Amino acid sequence: MLIQVNGSKREADVDPDTPLLWVLRDVFGLTGTKFGCGVAMCGACTVHVGGQPRRACVTPVGDIGEQPILTIEALDGSVTGQALQKAWLAVDVVQCGYCQSGQLMQAAALLEAKPNPDDADIDAAMSGNICRCGTYGRIRTAIKQAAADLPLPARAP
Amino acid sequence: MNAPNPAFAPTRRAVLAIAAGVAGELALSFRLSGNTAMAQSAEASSFRPNSVVRIDRDGTVTLVVPYAEMGQGSLMSVAMLVAEELEIEPSAVKTEHAIGDNVLYASPLLGEQITGGSLSLRGAWKPMRQAGAAARMMLVEAAARGWSVPISSCHAEAGHVLHPASGRRVAYGTLVQVASTVPVPQDPPLKTGTLRLIGKTLQRIDSPAKVNGSAIFGIDVRLPGMRYASVMACPVLGGTLRRVDQAPALAICGVRQVVELPNAIAVVADHTGAARKGLAALKPEWSDGANASLDTAGLVATCDAALGTQGLIAETKGEPARAMSAAKTTYEADFRLPMLAHAALEPLCCTAHVRPGSCEIWVGSQAPGRARNEVAQALGLPAEAVQVNNHLIGGGFGRRLQSEWITQAALIARQVDAPVKVTWSREEDMRQGSYRFHNHSRIKVGLDERGMPVSWDHRIVGPAVMAWFLPGYFRNGIDLDVTGGAYGPYALPNLSVDFVRNDPPSGLMVGNWRGVGDTRNGFIVESVIDELAHRAGRDPVDYRRALLEPGSRMLAVLDRAAKESGRDGALPRNSARGVAILSAFGSHIALVAQVDMNEQGRIRVPRMTCVVDCGRAVNPGIVRQQIEGGIIFGLSAALYGKITVRNGQVEQSNFHDYPVVRMNEAPAIEVVVMDSLEEPGGVGEPGTAVVAPAVLNAIRSITGKRLLALPLDPAMVQTS
Repeated sequence: MLIQVNGSKREADVDPDTPLLWVLRDVFGLTGTKFGCGVAMCGACTVHVGGQPRRACVTPVGDIGEQPILTIEALDGSVTGQALQKAWLAVDVVQCGYCQSGQLMQAAALLEAKPNPDDADIDAAMSGNICRCGTYGRIRTAIKQAAADLPLPARAP
Repeated sequence: MNAPNPAFAPTRRAVLAIAAGVAGELALSFRLSGNTAMAQSAEASSFRPNSVVRIDRDGTVTLVVPYAEMGQGSLMSVAMLVAEELEIEPSAVKTEHAIGDNVLYASPLLGEQITGGSLSLRGAWKPMRQAGAAARMMLVEAAARGWSVPISSCHAEAGHVLHPASGRRVAYGTLVQVASTVPVPQDPPLKTGTLRLIGKTLQRIDSPAKVNGSAIFGIDVRLPGMRYASVMACPVLGGTLRRVDQAPALAICGVRQVVELPNAIAVVADHTGAARKGLAALKPEWSDGANASLDTAGLVATCDAALGTQGLIAETKGEPARAMSAAKTTYEADFRLPMLAHAALEPLCCTAHVRPGSCEIWVGSQAPGRARNEVAQALGLPAEAVQVNNHLIGGGFGRRLQSEWITQAALIARQVDAPVKVTWSREEDMRQGSYRFHNHSRIKVGLDERGMPVSWDHRIVGPAVMAWFLPGYFRNGIDLDVTGGAYGPYALPNLSVDFVRNDPPSGLMVGNWRGVGDTRNGFIVESVIDELAHRAGRDPVDYRRALLEPGSRMLAVLDRAAKESGRDGALPRNSARGVAILSAFGSHIALVAQVDMNEQGRIRVPRMTCVVDCGRAVNPGIVRQQIEGGIIFGLSAALYGKITVRNGQVEQSNFHDYPVVRMNEAPAIEVVVMDSLEEPGGVGEPGTAVVAPAVLNAIRSITGKRLLALPLDPAMVQTS
């Protein structure tokens, strides 16, 4: 089947019930999207499907249809993504880094929906993403920093 | 394991040499003297260079880092140590993971290529700086030769050698050929005075690849023609595979093969999705074996029974029995800690390619040298025929010190005609762990009329992990790790520590867990001391202060924490601060946790203040990260961490029944890193060890009730 990933059409010869995660990682070689739990409980596999954050580990590839998929490898294609990556580095959020692809994709969806999130917004959006290194405080700081850095047009709701 | 391996007496001086056989570059290798066993075996097979620092003709500096990077910042910290002495920027350093080799890449403090015990930076501190210093001296000498000027008239700066008198300047890259003929300085002096990099918070060099998806963890390895496998071992711990009908898996699109091992079944496919689907389609029949009726109640009862038996004396001081009988009053309590999983976010995963007579492994391991040896043994190959390529690790916490899952991948790969990546499911990762085992303690403290301890009796019931993991930490039947820190940092006049060894039944694998012995004993000691303070009617900080050596680093840390946490500031009713302290891993730490309790007795931890004296902080930003991370890790365990066994099977399977702290529960954490010029201490583990006691001590202040077991039991809090 044909899937649109990061702006290009890609072909995958898999059962339609195959989770998107394994198509991205094993078939397309986009290993930035991580496997953590397989049941949408940790957020490590978060990607955008049709602009919405989705857990790739429980998203059957056959359900995606024409919706474009965005993964961490192309996050820098948007101003929001660039601002987040810059803030992530400035705050030095990352420790082991394994969850951070998912954290960044979730944060990007948050900022696109809520350009100026408060603590409650951040808790609501980010609590599905586990970080075993405990970088939560730095993630919170970095999201706020990225929000503050975004140019005004991008911050319009 | 909170201190260097007592089986070795490392001088920590590097013996440096030119790495032979590499043309056109300067490659420095070293091995560490003082490690007798390793030095002898290295000599026996002649000196094989390990190329730790390599400088190419184009000036590229590459470090081969023997320590695993699992978030703790070893790549950045080691790069900073070398860059400091080599006069380059850390960002100009390329890092590579060392292959698995216990001779070439042994930790000078553990005697093996092991990343654990918060010992990496402590081990790297001098040798890595010496490696950088030696390379710099050789480059300077090469330049001076070329210019026919005295060496002393030249110096290195920003990747160049300068001769200020003539204004000449030459890049390192153009010097490497001559430099590689310069005699290697032995015991090169290190920079003194103000250091350029060490002590500064610099951005980690491993971060950029971790924010754009390009970082390659062990699970991300891709090889031409590779297959993907999903595996399941007998759910009853230690059981074996009786039979399986392979057909349902083979009928799945993309499945290539089913591999049977004595205790597990694996499905090999074109992608992991098909492998997982194929595995789910199988109905294997298992032989449950000896653990078929094993359950947590029985394991706990065994520990409790052991509490009533006299153990081997691990340590005594003064006259504990006489002092106990002369005590005015006594305090007695039994403490119980549960089994814990590591639950790192990257599930265990290993890629293996077995060819006739050789095997290659791609993995993220905390002990890649050991993995190599174990794979070689399992396959009947010499160690030289096995290459273990190490990678970034998505969380280790001690689980990846074991290699049985790497050996399993090799045994699967032996039956597959291609490289195969074996990815454990989260459920497999949770149910086939190398758990922190049950730990119980019996405490009896004799007190004087003021409520101060005059005799301290601590009976430790726990497994002897070190007996097989690192026997250097096992002496006369005593596990030095599980018995370490049994009375905290306190100056007690009379004490007795005894150890009752209580290993798990065969098939239930236990191992090291972040904070090792100090996570267990820190909880117990700091709970007891806090309780004694309450009973004496004294402030817990003041009580501890009276028991610490005047002028000690620990006392200074406690005082600073009391000040920073604003202990004197009023808290609302049903809120309190709890304190806990620890001296271990060469560091001293104090944590103050604020706990709020609502009307229903539910607790939250909004704020933590932590002060650490870890000696000289190479990168204070990484120290703060490690302390914050250790605290969150410890909080998850204190609030939720509990692995239980029923009918021989681990009951937990994923993050719904083994919950961990998430963003909405994470406290605001303030970390103060004390200025110090002492030798660096470890910071990966102390943060974890102080969390549970600080939180439970705060609950004691709110409720008057002392909780003696982990994890926190909400019912116990609410009924208090």
